[in-house]
Amino acid sequence: MALQKSSNTFSIQEMIREKKNKKAKKLQIEKIVPFLLLLTAIVSVLTTIGIVFTLIAETFTFFTKVSITEFLTAQKWYPFSETNGAFGILPLISGTLKVSIIAAIVAIPIGLASAIFLSEYATDRTRRTIKPILEVLAGIPTIVYGFFALTFVTPILREVIPSLEIFNALSPGIVIGIMITPMIASLSEDAMSSVPNSMREGALALGATKFEVAIKVVLPAAISGIIASIVLAISRAIGETMIVAVAGGSTPNLNWDVTGSIQTMTAYIVQVSQGDAGYGTTIYYSIYAVGFTLFLFTLIMNLLAQFISRRFREEY
Amino acid sequence: MNATIVKPTIEAVMNHNNSKQSAKAIVYKTSGLNLWYGENHALKEINLDIHENEVTAIIGPSGCGKSTYIKTLNRMIELVPSVKTSGTIEYRGRNIFNKSYSVEELRTRVGMVFQKPNPFPKSIYENVTYGPKIHGIKDKRILDQIVEESLKGAAIWDEVKDRLNENAFGLSGGQQQRLCIARCLAVEPDVILMDEPTSALDPISTLKVEELVQELKKDFSIIIVTHNMQQAARISDKTAFFLNGEVIEFTNTDKIFSTPLDKRTEDYITGRFG
Amino acid sequence: MKLIDHAKVLKQMKSRKASNIFFKLLFMAATTFGLLVLGILLYRVITQGIGYLDFQFLQNLPSRKPEQAGVKTALIGTIWLMGVVAPVTLLLGVGTAIYLEEYARKNRFTRFIQVNISNLAGVPSIVFGLLGLTVFVRALALGTSILAAGFTMSLLVLPIIIVASQEAIKAVPKELREASFGMGATKWQTILNVVLPAAIPGILTGGILALSRAIGETAPLVVLGLPLFLAFLPKSVFDMFTVLPMQIYNWTGRPQEEFQGVAAAGIIVLLTMLIIMNSIAVYIRNKFQKRY
Repeated sequence: MALQKSSNTFSIQEMIREKKNKKAKKLQIEKIVPFLLLLTAIVSVLTTIGIVFTLIAETFTFFTKVSITEFLTAQKWYPFSETNGAFGILPLISGTLKVSIIAAIVAIPIGLASAIFLSEYATDRTRRTIKPILEVLAGIPTIVYGFFALTFVTPILREVIPSLEIFNALSPGIVIGIMITPMIASLSEDAMSSVPNSMREGALALGATKFEVAIKVVLPAAISGIIASIVLAISRAIGETMIVAVAGGSTPNLNWDVTGSIQTMTAYIVQVSQGDAGYGTTIYYSIYAVGFTLFLFTLIMNLLAQFISRRFREEY
Repeated sequence: MNATIVKPTIEAVMNHNNSKQSAKAIVYKTSGLNLWYGENHALKEINLDIHENEVTAIIGPSGCGKSTYIKTLNRMIELVPSVKTSGTIEYRGRNIFNKSYSVEELRTRVGMVFQKPNPFPKSIYENVTYGPKIHGIKDKRILDQIVEESLKGAAIWDEVKDRLNENAFGLSGGQQQRLCIARCLAVEPDVILMDEPTSALDPISTLKVEELVQELKKDFSIIIVTHNMQQAARISDKTAFFLNGEVIEFTNTDKIFSTPLDKRTEDYITGRFG
Repeated sequence: MKLIDHAKVLKQMKSRKASNIFFKLLFMAATTFGLLVLGILLYRVITQGIGYLDFQFLQNLPSRKPEQAGVKTALIGTIWLMGVVAPVTLLLGVGTAIYLEEYARKNRFTRFIQVNISNLAGVPSIVFGLLGLTVFVRALALGTSILAAGFTMSLLVLPIIIVASQEAIKAVPKELREASFGMGATKWQTILNVVLPAAIPGILTGGILALSRAIGETAPLVVLGLPLFLAFLPKSVFDMFTVLPMQIYNWTGRPQEEFQGVAAAGIIVLLTMLIIMNSIAVYIRNKFQKRY
């Protein structure tokens, strides 16, 4: 066939058939490619395995030097003392929690209010302008926020609270709150925007105000997405490093004072990494034990967020 | 290209002679074809013979399996997960479900035009050369000629010859569909499958595609699925009426539209349902 | 019988409407707060740093004297880091995305990979530092080289580019794939010639976002043990180096007031790079939006 079909002086099908001697090569490519792609996909799995394995192995070594009971229950963290060193993680956890709670207190109301404004009140144009700006806010490197906390927020706070130390929990807490606000705002706005308009219209037609619709209809309908966004944001706050390393100080304390110098789990790892704790020392292994604790905290929060958004997903 | 004289091959002469005879060669022979989407029995015991250089129309209400059937002919249906088939479809005497039959080879011989025009987001030129290129034809001179011949064959050459390097998305819907036909012609297929090719087009573009089908029929065997009975009546030689996954009637087009044998066919073509 | 006292409803209406307006303003104020903070932050950094920012600042090596300090080593180090992270993440990220979207069967293993990726995205960056310290710096003996830092950062930002590429690949219409298969193209030919070209804008946007995350991160690099102060330039990927955020961190921690200005100048350089990269991403997104 083929020749009578056009004025072509050649048959394309015939040429294709000739090229088919490359077919074996083509078939090989078709078989090799998925395998290579699978290998790249496995890298992400290996990363997780690597993280978990590294943390567990080095933490295990740490526990041959320091008992688990001491780690979990001792009230003091004095790793650098030669004579009466103590490795109780509680002071570091307390530092982390102080900062995270302050961050949550700042971020939840502001983030939710922004989400409601963007989803329920703002015009399309406003939303399209503001959302990217919030994303920019989320994309600023944390070291910049750290600089901001130390050189701007702390001095202002010290005007108001004279007893505030230069390094404290309040200032980094507030700045981390500012940092995670866009995350809550953006993710909650997504959850609220996906509530179907018919539900809003039903309430509006009964004479409800926009505020009542937002609080009594949209918020309950989107609650799982909103809670998930808050949990994720707090998880970010727990793992945040540079802001607390710059503005939080390096004094592990087990108390609820927010005006004094603190140390979070992340800041401790930074402190040790910058110092000259030699490979193989107890201090060297302690950063893995602290890192593992931090990892567990954030992992549980992330799984919780996933569970909430899956378990309570509304079917509209 | 040199202006050379066309030298018909033996195969071409035979085909040519064949097409003159009343009994044309069978391109597709479907025997006892069943198809399931999971539990859903979508095609039931289909037996159909499709002949060379004819236009075979497949009509029927939506959901009757006509699209499924045409997509089975080039095994595109396998892109849907959980599809199972039984029975055979022989293309030029070889069962296409045979393990040794490569789908790529089948689809190189059997072109397809889809419901919605689906040009690639590339230039008009690249759209037409896509097929030849993936099959290893790289000679620029040959590709240039393929582009011209294919676009002429799809009756769109005059409209686009001055802007071959522009993006195909700049064309109108009707032009896009003819470009898709040209893209299909570029590998010189044996059969062209058309799955409701005009359903997304305006009446004038539809008319152009219909005229084109009449023209292409001389060189290709065409199977066309349509929901438009007038279209089937206008352009096809034979018509198959599908209902609930079964072939109710399959015969010459003028016959099916004038004296349908089955009551259900009559109901459908007179617009009582569907 | 009258169940509803319309007079009372009307009376309440006023206060309900008032509270609606009150809360609207409150919500608006909260949203403005975010913008305000961004404004103050930029204003502060620029006014503090602009005095130290000149051509000399970009060319000078770090110094003990604030007026002579410069970002040359850090800036060049950041560019080196990008040179490692960009190809590695692009290769691994796009490869993973293609595998998951085009080849993987919808089974438990695939779901596991997917869940794993979203969990990785939530792991604190400092933990990646611990991974890098153990695996790249020590086990593979790469030391605090560009390669060790580049690999660590690549793993950190991998989820960003995977998810972005998956979205981009998913958005390629099914019809285009069908057209290609219908021509007798193989799966890989279809992916290479049709799917990837159509998905490239989304992939690039995600890639740039991932890269900007990588050049802004500090914590993992501190853990790897990157020097805070380095007075020579790296010559190959096996050399020691430092990056802008590390340099800024170093200056921020100095007690002298002047170094805060120098740190601010460093931040301006870093933010300028990020703004340029993000503008490119936005440009790509807008230019190629809604092509099909």
